[in-house]
Amino acid sequence: MLKQCEGSHAVAEAVALCRPEVICAYPISPQTHIVEGLGEMVKSGDLTDCEFINVESEFAAMSVAIGSSATGARTYTATASQGLLFMVEAVYNASGLGLPIVMTVANRAIGAPINIWNDHSDSLSQRDCGWIQLFAESNQEALDLHIQAFKLAEELSLPVMVCMDGFILTHAYERVDMPTQAQVDAFLPPYEPRQVLDPADPVSIGAMVGPEAFMEVRYLAHAKQMQALERIPQLAEEFKQVFGRECGGLVRTYCTEDAETIVIAMGSVLGTIKDTVDEMRAAGHKIGVLGITSFRPFPLLAVAAALKNCKRFVVLEKSLAVGIGGIVATNVRMAVTGMGLKGYTVVAGLGGRAITVKALTGLFDKAGRDELELLTFLDLDWNAVNKQLEREKQTRRSGPAAEAMLRDLGTVASKIA
Amino acid sequence: MDKPFAITLNPGSSLANHTGSWRTSRPLYLDRLPPCNAACPAGEDIQGWLFHAESGDYEKAWRVLTENNPMPAIMGRVCYHPCEGGCNRQHLDESVGINSVERFLGDEAIKRGWKFDKPAHSTGKRVLVVGAGPSGLSAAYHLARLGHAVEIHEAGPLAGGMMRFGIPKYRLPREVLDAEVGRILETGVVLRLDTKVANIAESMKAGKFDAAFLAVGAHIGKRAYIPAGDATKIIDAVSVLRSMEGEDKPLLGRRVVIYGGGNTAIDVARTAKRLGASESIIVYRRTREKMPAHDFEVEEALQEGVMMKWLSTIKQAGEGNITIEKMELDEKGFPQSTGEFETLEADSVVLALGQDVDLSLLEGVPGLEINDGVVRVGDNMMTGAAGIFAGGDMVPSERTVTVGVGHGKKAARHIDAWLRGETHVPPAKHEIAGFDRLNTWYYSEAPHTIRPMLNIIRRQSTFDEVLGGLDETNAQFEARRCLSCGNCFECDNCYGVCPDNAVIKLGPGKRFEFNYDYCKGCGMCVTECPCGAIKMEAEEI
Amino acid sequence: MPLQPVKFYQTGTFTVGNRLLAPEDRSVQANMQRTNSLNSGHRACQGCGEALGARYAIDAAMNASNRQLIAANATGCLEVFSTPYPETSWQIPWIHSLFGNAAAVATGIAAAIKVKRQKGQSGDVRVVAQGGDGGTTDIGFGCLSGMFERNDDVLYICYDNGGYMNTGVQRSSATPPAARTATTMPLGPEPGNPFGQGKFVPAIAMAHEIPYVATATVADLRDLEHKVTKAMGLRGARYIHILVPCPLGWGTASHDTIRMARLAKETGIFPVFSAEYGEIKSALAIRRPLPVEEYLRPQKRYAHLFGKSPAVATIARIQAQADKNIRKYGLLEKEVR
Repeated sequence: MLKQCEGSHAVAEAVALCRPEVICAYPISPQTHIVEGLGEMVKSGDLTDCEFINVESEFAAMSVAIGSSATGARTYTATASQGLLFMVEAVYNASGLGLPIVMTVANRAIGAPINIWNDHSDSLSQRDCGWIQLFAESNQEALDLHIQAFKLAEELSLPVMVCMDGFILTHAYERVDMPTQAQVDAFLPPYEPRQVLDPADPVSIGAMVGPEAFMEVRYLAHAKQMQALERIPQLAEEFKQVFGRECGGLVRTYCTEDAETIVIAMGSVLGTIKDTVDEMRAAGHKIGVLGITSFRPFPLLAVAAALKNCKRFVVLEKSLAVGIGGIVATNVRMAVTGMGLKGYTVVAGLGGRAITVKALTGLFDKAGRDELELLTFLDLDWNAVNKQLEREKQTRRSGPAAEAMLRDLGTVASKIA
Repeated sequence: MDKPFAITLNPGSSLANHTGSWRTSRPLYLDRLPPCNAACPAGEDIQGWLFHAESGDYEKAWRVLTENNPMPAIMGRVCYHPCEGGCNRQHLDESVGINSVERFLGDEAIKRGWKFDKPAHSTGKRVLVVGAGPSGLSAAYHLARLGHAVEIHEAGPLAGGMMRFGIPKYRLPREVLDAEVGRILETGVVLRLDTKVANIAESMKAGKFDAAFLAVGAHIGKRAYIPAGDATKIIDAVSVLRSMEGEDKPLLGRRVVIYGGGNTAIDVARTAKRLGASESIIVYRRTREKMPAHDFEVEEALQEGVMMKWLSTIKQAGEGNITIEKMELDEKGFPQSTGEFETLEADSVVLALGQDVDLSLLEGVPGLEINDGVVRVGDNMMTGAAGIFAGGDMVPSERTVTVGVGHGKKAARHIDAWLRGETHVPPAKHEIAGFDRLNTWYYSEAPHTIRPMLNIIRRQSTFDEVLGGLDETNAQFEARRCLSCGNCFECDNCYGVCPDNAVIKLGPGKRFEFNYDYCKGCGMCVTECPCGAIKMEAEEI
Repeated sequence: MPLQPVKFYQTGTFTVGNRLLAPEDRSVQANMQRTNSLNSGHRACQGCGEALGARYAIDAAMNASNRQLIAANATGCLEVFSTPYPETSWQIPWIHSLFGNAAAVATGIAAAIKVKRQKGQSGDVRVVAQGGDGGTTDIGFGCLSGMFERNDDVLYICYDNGGYMNTGVQRSSATPPAARTATTMPLGPEPGNPFGQGKFVPAIAMAHEIPYVATATVADLRDLEHKVTKAMGLRGARYIHILVPCPLGWGTASHDTIRMARLAKETGIFPVFSAEYGEIKSALAIRRPLPVEEYLRPQKRYAHLFGKSPAVATIARIQAQADKNIRKYGLLEKEVR
C-alpha cells in the first residue's frame, strides 16, 4: 500500500509488521519518532503481544533486549550516536552471545562537540562489534531492510543493525510502499531460537571462556558473517518474490558497466550522487556508482567485481578515521588489492554538513582527471581551520576550538541547509 | 538444543570438576561420648533414649533405655542422677531433667504394659544370683536376656533389697517397685524368697550353678558407742526403715534425734516426721556443706520441718534427753571438740552412721579376699574365686541403687563371657563431648521443667510420693532440651551449610556421608555442627 | 508477616533441618530433593559465603516457583566460579551478560515471558537477577534502579560481601568503614575505608516503594528462605540483600563464614529486616547481644584496629553505627516484629 509518511513512521510500521515481542525504548534524536510510533501502537492495541519498555538508558535498552532475546522473544530497539556508544558494552555482548536483536541506528555524529545531525560515525565506530550492519539508501529501503533484518538475524543468530541517515531519512516525508501483514508473515517465519532460557531445558548462557576456546568462539562469529555474505543476496531475491521490489543485497551498482570512475558510498547520499552522476554522464563523463548496503559483513568480492572494469574509484564517506582518513575507503582498498586501481577518499557531510550536487560535480570532475588529493575533506572551511591552528600556535590557553570557530563564522545555519 | 560453542553450557556439568583435590584436611563424622552417658553409673545410653523420646516414640525410648537398665521407673525416682551433673546444658541454662524423663518412660511402660522381649535362645548355663536388690535384679535381667537360666536367692520376704527396705515409700511407691521387679521375673528369672545363702559354695553345688553373682545389700547398721542409760531408746536407721515395711511401725516417740549426715539420716528424719514426731532432729558433727546427703534431700527435709543440729556430736544419752557437744572444724575440715555441751530432749535416738554387709556366706571360699568389710573383685567383677562374681554394696564403691544396677549389668556381661570361656572386652570409650565441642547457637531457649511437688501438709503427714512425674507434654519438652552432645541428631546443618553440596543426606535415621569428590575441606560443617559430631583431620599428603 | 520461629523443638528453626518438624514446616535446604541449583564442582574458595547464599536463595526460589525459574547473573565471583568453560554449576536456565546489567537483562527475560504467556507459549516462569555488591550497588545500580522504578516482575538478589573480591578485594560502595581493601589500605590518618561514604542499597530500594525489600544473612537460613519465598509470592520488583562473608576478602577462617554472618547480625552491624512498599514490616531481633568488637576482631581486614594501641575511637564509631541500627530497626525488641 502506497502512503506518504515520515521515514521513522515507515520504519515503525514495518517493525510492527514483523510482530516484535519486546521493544526497548530510550529517547535520543533522531531515532525518537520510531520508538514513539511503536509505543503508540502498543498502547493503542494495534500492536499486540508486545512489551514496550521505557528503559533508563541505552545500556539498559540493549541489556533488556539481551534478556528478552535470550528468552526467545523477537526483540527490537533503536538508537543513535551517543546512545549507541553508551550501550557499546552490551552491543558487543549481544553479538557475542549470538542473540538476533534488530536495532535501528538513526545515524548521527558523535561528540564532542555535541552534534545531533547526520553522519555515519556512530555505526562505523561499531564496525567490529560483531553485528551485521545494513545501510539504507531511502525510506523504502529502510523499512524493507528491517523486514529482511529480522529474518537474517534469526536465521544466523546474529544481531543486525539497520542504519539509516538521521533526519535525512528518519524525518523525511516520502512515498513508501507499505507491505501488508500477510506479505510480511509469508516472508518472515516465527522466531525459532537456536538457544533459549527455558526451565524445561536449562542451559547456562554466557560462560567465561579462556584462551583454550576464545579464538574459536571469535572465529565462529566471523564464520557466521561469512555465511551472511551468502544469505544476504538470497534474502534480497526471496524478498523480491514476495514483495515485488528490489531491496537489500550486498552492493548496488548504478551505471558501472562502462564507468572509468566509480563513486562508492553508503546511505542516502547515494541519491545525491546518482543525480550528480546522471548529470555528468549526460555531459559525457564515464562515471558510475557503487552503493554498499552491507557494510558488515563487508562484501570484498562483490566490491571487487563491481570495480573490475573501472580505472579509479572515489569513496565518499560520512565518517572519518581520525589519523588515517577513511573507514569505508580502507575497507574498499582491501577489496581491490592488486587490481591496480587509483583510489580517492573523500570525507564529507560530517555532523550534517550539506553535500551538494555542485560540490560533488566539481569533486568527481577532479577525480576523473586524477587531480584529486588522496584524502579530501569536502567543503572544508580552510580559512576557519587555519585561523584556529594559528591561534593555537600562538596562544597556549587558546580555549575550545569549536566555540572559537563558531565565533569566527558567525552563523552555522547556511552550512546545513 | 544446538548450542553455541563454548559460551552456552549444559546444566550441572561442573560435576566433572572434582574440587576435593583442593582439600588439605577432611571432615569426619564421629560419635563422641555425651557427658551424661559418661557419668551414668548404670552405663545408660541417655542421649540415645532421649533421641527417641524427643520424637515421641516413648516405647522405642524405653526399649533403648532398658537395654542397659531394666528399672527406669525406679531410677526416675531414686537415682541421684549424676548424669544431670554432667549435662552440658547446665552451662547454657540448666541441665536436662534426664531423671524426670526416665521416670516418665518408666511410668509409661507400666501404664502401657510394655514387656521385655523373651530371651531368643538358651545357653543351658545356670547362674545363681544372691540378693534381689538393685544389683542382683539387674544382673539377673541381663543374664536372662543373654540366655542363661537365673535363680535369685533372697534372704528377705520380698524382692527389692534396699529399694524396699531402705528407701521410704514417699520416694519410691511400692507398686512401682513391684511392677518393675515383676517384669524382670517375667523374663524367666526364678526368685526364691526367704532363702538365705549361708554358704555360697554349697548353694552353688546344690543348685548346679555354673556361676554366681553375689549382690547382698548393706543391711547391717553401724553402731557407735554412746554411753546411755537403760531407758534410752537407741535404734539403728536400717532397722527403722525396714520395719516400715512390716505390720508394726516403729515407735520412735514425739521427739526423735537422728545421728548422722547421710541420705539415710534424712530418710529416717522425714519418716519420723510422717509417723507423727513433733520434733525430728538430725545431729551431725560437721556443717551442712559437708553433709554426704544430697542437698535437695536436705532441703526437702527442712521444708517438711526436720531440724538440724550442725557441728554436734552425741556424748551421752539419758532418759528423755541426750547431751551433745558442740564441735568446730579445723583447717582441714575435721570436726574438733570444743568442750561446750548442750542438752536435747529425745524420746529416741536413731543411729544413721553407715551400713555393713553380712559377708558370712563367703566363709571358706578359697581365693576370696575381703578387705574393710567388702569383697575384692577384679575389673571383670569376679572375686578371687573362679565363677563367683560380686557387685553392689558388697564391693568397694559408692553405695547407690544406680551403682548397683551398673554392677549388675557389668557383671552379667563378664559372667556371660566367662561361661563361654571368653573374656568380655568392653568397646573403647569415645572421647567426651565437652561443652566446648558444641555450637550452642542452634539450641532453642528452653528453661528446665519443674516437677510438681506434693503439698507440704501431705508431705508431713502421709507417705504419698513427694515428687510428681511429668506428663507427656512436658516430658517431651524436657527430652527435647537434650543437646545430643557428640551424637548426630540429624539436624541437617552439615547438609545445609556446605557451600559445595558435598554432604550427602542418607535419609531419616541414616545420617550423612561426605562426598570427598567435592568437599574442599572448609570445615564449616564442623563449626556449625551443634553437637560436635564432626571433626577435621589433616589429609595425608 | 515475619517468619514465626518454631519454639521448643530442641533446635527449633535455628538449624537447617529438624526431624521433629512436620515435613511442610521444614526448610528447603533440609530436603533430600532440593534443587542444588548451584551444583558441586564450582570453583568458589573454601567456605565461600556467596556460593552458600546463592544456593540457599535460588533453591528457595526454585521451590517457590515450582522450578519454573530463570536467572540473570552479573559478572563477579559468582559468575566466574560457577561458569568457566567448559563447565557450569547451574542447574537452572541462567544467563550472564555483563557486570552492570543483570537487572535489565532480567527485565528483558520477564518481558519475554509475559508475552510468551499471553501467547500461550510459556507457563508462569519467574525471574531472578543476582549479583555481588559491586555489580549491584555500584556498576549495576542504574539498571537496578530502573528495574525498581518500572516495577518489573523481577526478584533481584544482591550477595553482599563488602567489596570487589573477584578482582582482588577492592573497595565498593558496600565496603564498611575502616575496612582494609586493596584500594583502601590501612595507611595514613584515616586507615581503611573512610567513614561517611558508601550506601545501603536496601534503604534506597525501599525509597522506590517496591513491593518487597528484605535483608538476610547466610547465618539465618530459615529467615532467608522465608524471605525468598515471600518475595516469590509477590509480583513486581523485589529486592533481597544477603550478607555473605568472604573468607578471602575479610581475612577470616573458611570455617567461620556463617559465624561471621551471625556476628554481623548479633552485633547490629547488619540489620536484618523486611519492608513492603517502602515501610518496614519486620526485623529479626538480636538474640545474644554482643559488642561490635566481637565481630571486628576475627577479621584481618580490621586488624589495624587491634594493633599495639587499639583504635578505640574508630571501634567506638563502628559501635555507634551498630547502635544506630539497633535503634532504627528495633533490633533489641524482644518480640520479632
